[in-house]
Amino acid sequence: MTPTRRLLHYFNRYKVPLILGGLCVIGSAAFSLLKPLIIGNAVNELAKAVTRGTLIRYGLLLIGAAAFEGLFLYLQRWIIIGASRRVEYDMRNDFYAHLQKLPLSYYQDQRTGDLMSRATNDLSSVRMLIGPAVMYTLSSVLVVTGAFVMMARIDRQMALTALVAVPILATVVKFFGQRIHDRFKDVQDYFGDVSARVQENLSGIRVVRAFTQEQNEIENFKRMNRIYVGKNRSVIKLSATFYPLLHGLIGVMFVIIFFMGSRRIITGQLSIGAFVAFQFYLGRMIWPLIALGWVINLFQRGMASMLRLHEVWVVEPEVLPEEGTPLEAPIRGDLEIRHLTFSYDGRPVLKGINLGVRHGQTIGIVGRTGSGKSTLLSLITRTFEPPPGTIFIDGRPIDTIPQRQLRDWIGMVPQESFLFSESIAENIRFGRADASDEEISGSADLAGLTDDAATFPLGLKTVIGERGITLSGGQKQRTAMARALVREPVILILDDSLSAVDTATEERILRALRGVRKGRTVLIVSHRVSSVKDADHIIVLEEGAIVERGTHESLLDKGGYYADMYRRQTIEAELEEIA
Amino acid sequence: MADSIERHEEEKGAKAFDPHLTMRLLKYLRPYRVRATFAVVLVIVSSLFEIAGPAITAVAIDLYVKPLRGSHPLGVSATIGGWLAAHGFNFDPLTGINVAATLYVATLVGGFAVLYTQMVLMNLMGQYVMYDMRKQIFGHLQRLDVQFFDRNPVGRLMTRVTTDVDALNDLFTAGFVAIFGDIFVLAGIVVVLFWMNWRLALVLFSITPFIVLVSIWFRRGARVTYRQVRARIAAINAFLQEHISGMATVQLFNREAKEAEKFDELNVRHRDANIDSIFYYAVFYPVIGLIETVGIALIVWYGGGQVIQGTLSVGALVAFFQYAQRFYEPISDLSEKYNILQAAMAASERVFKLLDTPVKIESSALRPRASEVQSLDTIEFRNVWFAYNDEEWVLKNVSFRVNRGERIALVGHTGAGKTTVTALLLRFYEAQRGDILINGINIRDWDFMTLRRLFAIVQQDFFIFTGDVAQNISLGDPTISGERIRSAALRVQADRFISRLPDTYKAPVRERGAGFSVGEKQLLSFARALAFDPPVLILDEATSSIDTETERLIQEAIETLLSGRTSIVIAHRLSTIRSADCILVFHHGEIRERGTHEELMATDGLYRRLYEIQYREAIVA
Repeated sequence: MTPTRRLLHYFNRYKVPLILGGLCVIGSAAFSLLKPLIIGNAVNELAKAVTRGTLIRYGLLLIGAAAFEGLFLYLQRWIIIGASRRVEYDMRNDFYAHLQKLPLSYYQDQRTGDLMSRATNDLSSVRMLIGPAVMYTLSSVLVVTGAFVMMARIDRQMALTALVAVPILATVVKFFGQRIHDRFKDVQDYFGDVSARVQENLSGIRVVRAFTQEQNEIENFKRMNRIYVGKNRSVIKLSATFYPLLHGLIGVMFVIIFFMGSRRIITGQLSIGAFVAFQFYLGRMIWPLIALGWVINLFQRGMASMLRLHEVWVVEPEVLPEEGTPLEAPIRGDLEIRHLTFSYDGRPVLKGINLGVRHGQTIGIVGRTGSGKSTLLSLITRTFEPPPGTIFIDGRPIDTIPQRQLRDWIGMVPQESFLFSESIAENIRFGRADASDEEISGSADLAGLTDDAATFPLGLKTVIGERGITLSGGQKQRTAMARALVREPVILILDDSLSAVDTATEERILRALRGVRKGRTVLIVSHRVSSVKDADHIIVLEEGAIVERGTHESLLDKGGYYADMYRRQTIEAELEEIA
Repeated sequence: MADSIERHEEEKGAKAFDPHLTMRLLKYLRPYRVRATFAVVLVIVSSLFEIAGPAITAVAIDLYVKPLRGSHPLGVSATIGGWLAAHGFNFDPLTGINVAATLYVATLVGGFAVLYTQMVLMNLMGQYVMYDMRKQIFGHLQRLDVQFFDRNPVGRLMTRVTTDVDALNDLFTAGFVAIFGDIFVLAGIVVVLFWMNWRLALVLFSITPFIVLVSIWFRRGARVTYRQVRARIAAINAFLQEHISGMATVQLFNREAKEAEKFDELNVRHRDANIDSIFYYAVFYPVIGLIETVGIALIVWYGGGQVIQGTLSVGALVAFFQYAQRFYEPISDLSEKYNILQAAMAASERVFKLLDTPVKIESSALRPRASEVQSLDTIEFRNVWFAYNDEEWVLKNVSFRVNRGERIALVGHTGAGKTTVTALLLRFYEAQRGDILINGINIRDWDFMTLRRLFAIVQQDFFIFTGDVAQNISLGDPTISGERIRSAALRVQADRFISRLPDTYKAPVRERGAGFSVGEKQLLSFARALAFDPPVLILDEATSSIDTETERLIQEAIETLLSGRTSIVIAHRLSTIRSADCILVFHHGEIRERGTHEELMATDGLYRRLYEIQYREAIVA
């Protein structure tokens, strides 16, 4: 779909209101053009013998016309701008739904701020194109044309003279409008730089102080601010030219019409009423003319933004969540990895991994940072696509199982426990939407959250984040744990997910987990021996390969990496004891 | 987002005018008082020009066009006609119109010039005042103690320097002057119309209260809905921010449908708030148009009647038509200024509060000038106690002494107080008890500049500034030459990777040093320390594991850095520790053991065990 096509698609959905709104624009334009005619006639009556009654009639007529004009104006804005808000709403929903389909690899190359600005700022420019731009174009064209026709009926030559103003005013508005917009953006961008600089200075205040760079930083800040003032100066000069110029040009139009009109009155070619009416028509034309210049810029900006949205829209997800043949229940959860070798960015991350886990078994995975532990887990969840035919569940290669089904079985506690700014209960319910309150508090209990929750103002209903309380690292991890447990997963994966929990609490949670582990396949990645020592099988990864494997006891006997890790952690624990 | 919500709430209670704050704000105008006075004069002149046009037209119509046969000039036109005749300006109709048109054009040209000058003057002045304020706030921030920054999030402080100052800019440029402008234009129109025909003027002005009422209704409603829209778009932004960063979690838990529903909810609320706000706009403009037309209808009826009776001239009638279209705008504008004033008062209150925050740890001007301190002789901690909060002691009764040329290693667990020792030495914080002496002089009596110039600190987490590589080494200090930067980089062997960068020393450094490896960042921080070439080096060794090649480079670089220099090292590397003249073992804020490596190994204490955990691996390797 091309950007224009997509835009038309949204237009189409609101065809009826847009057409209805268009009719209202015609109505308001017609009544607004009626008013000068009435005033002109009234003034002409003054030359004749006229009664106050006639004048009152004219006055009421005028108010009547204005009332109808107002009614249509109200309806046109209500209908068209309202429709544009609905289009914006639809587009934003669609855009977000599209974002949800894109794979993690897409997000690794994108800045969050940039995507956000597309979903808000760019969408709002597109909205301006659909609503105000269309409305003002229509009404401006109608009013300017109508006013010109009426003026030409009064005096063709004067009308043609006034017409010269159309391109001049529209050009001036477009020219200055665009330039002021561009320069202003430049000013804002630079202001962003200044802010970034201040932010760095404040975040790095210790470095600045330690190296006694305060004075230097102040000088630097002053220099940037002088540039900022300089950039502002150019915007100021532009806008200080623009508004007075517009003012002046409009004035000149009136002088010319006054000049031509008065001469015609003196020579008897024009009545005073027609002259007054002409002036009113001229007045009617001004705002639409300014709007036209402005609208051109709205169109340009709107299309540019549409293109930016389009860039995201054309990205197609490689794998759809429903793709594949679902596995039939009951799922046992036997996991097998065969000759798994995986490279990322051309760098081998995993080399020849072989591993078999039967349901009910627990596997411990240890190894240094960067040894490939997390990558292995992300292949099992298909966050990254594993090479075909390397990972199997119940004997079926997972790349043939629909992503959605696969993920339904998995309960994952990621390394960085990402929580949302909602209540703790809602965060746990994130794991399973239909979980009852009992199930939620049950899994919170399993994850060792109950005691903590008791100290929060609203217990599990307490909101996390800026609007509520800040959780400690350990509390976050345990919430993420509860979120995975409430899923009652076939495969439970803990990716170093108790690292911020103190050893006593860890001990408690692990004990509680023993019951849960029954009948499930459990993978535990950890830097702590205490987390994996009870596993049925432990593997040690180094540079993407399995270098040691066995039970806790057999690995200790081997005296390798695992044994060394155990010894160091034991002494560390002893040291803790010394007060 | 939290900050913006907080700001909105603060604004609600804010006054639009506070004499105390206003006086303090006006002080910032003092350097520009000539300019400001001139701008106000220009505003008056400009409003005169603005109201001149219709008046000229009116008089010209009455004196020269004479559209109604047999009518004579009345009122203002008659006065001006009489004056012209008395001074011998008896134009025939066509010349008269030429003169009037020329005069009209002249007011336009004059109006353009005056308005331009006034806008440039006023807006630039606003910029200068903002410049002064930012400079002052930033300067104050550079003096406030480190503890202040521990307590105030950077985001909030940024708002003071940026958003709040901008709100004040609105006050100085749009606020003050526009208020004057609107008032003068209004006053001018009132005077002219009363002069022309006070009865008709009164009739016309009878619509004013309605304009005021409708404007107030609109501003209030629009403001409420605007706030609502803002709050709801902020909610959308927060949601997007969270869900884009946490997309992996959303997808992993198959939550796409549920989250789309939640997004829809926020989106609906935003849409509806916007649609609510359309209502105010959709009603306001037509109603103002209607009131304006009622004004014109009044002129037709009452003014027309007066023309028939011969008490109003046609020119004046035309002028009334024109002024009637112009005077509702300033009224409606004025109601908007209230918001600007309110926002500015709230902003200035916050800015002044920051400026009034006292500096707790002040540099002493008492003692050594930089020129008097050639070298460092001794550093001494005498029974130092320190706590960040109340009585939670981080350092307990710490005493030690470092002589010139010695190397001291601080070892111990994370949180044992090692880093705090260095922070106290640089006087980031003040010890509650005990004394710290340098060259025998209490550091409270040192001038900051002289004191801190004695040290260079290499922190674990190397703080990278946006700029280029050279700037990151010299921190932009103009006294450090490019030559010195290069030779520092060479000596710590950072030159090798720098020269591989596309623009070598001019290579741009991205946000937070993205693109550099941990090892490269460390080498850069060594180069920084060396470029400043201090008598004492404080080194907080990084613990992160690095590949063996870089590790070798770093060990060599550390040797270069430390050789022949007094140094305090928070050590993690065995080589660094073993070569120390004295090792201080910190445990829970106390020095538990001290001595050389050999001495400490001989006693079966804390050090020995620490050594077992942390350094055995290094021995194996």
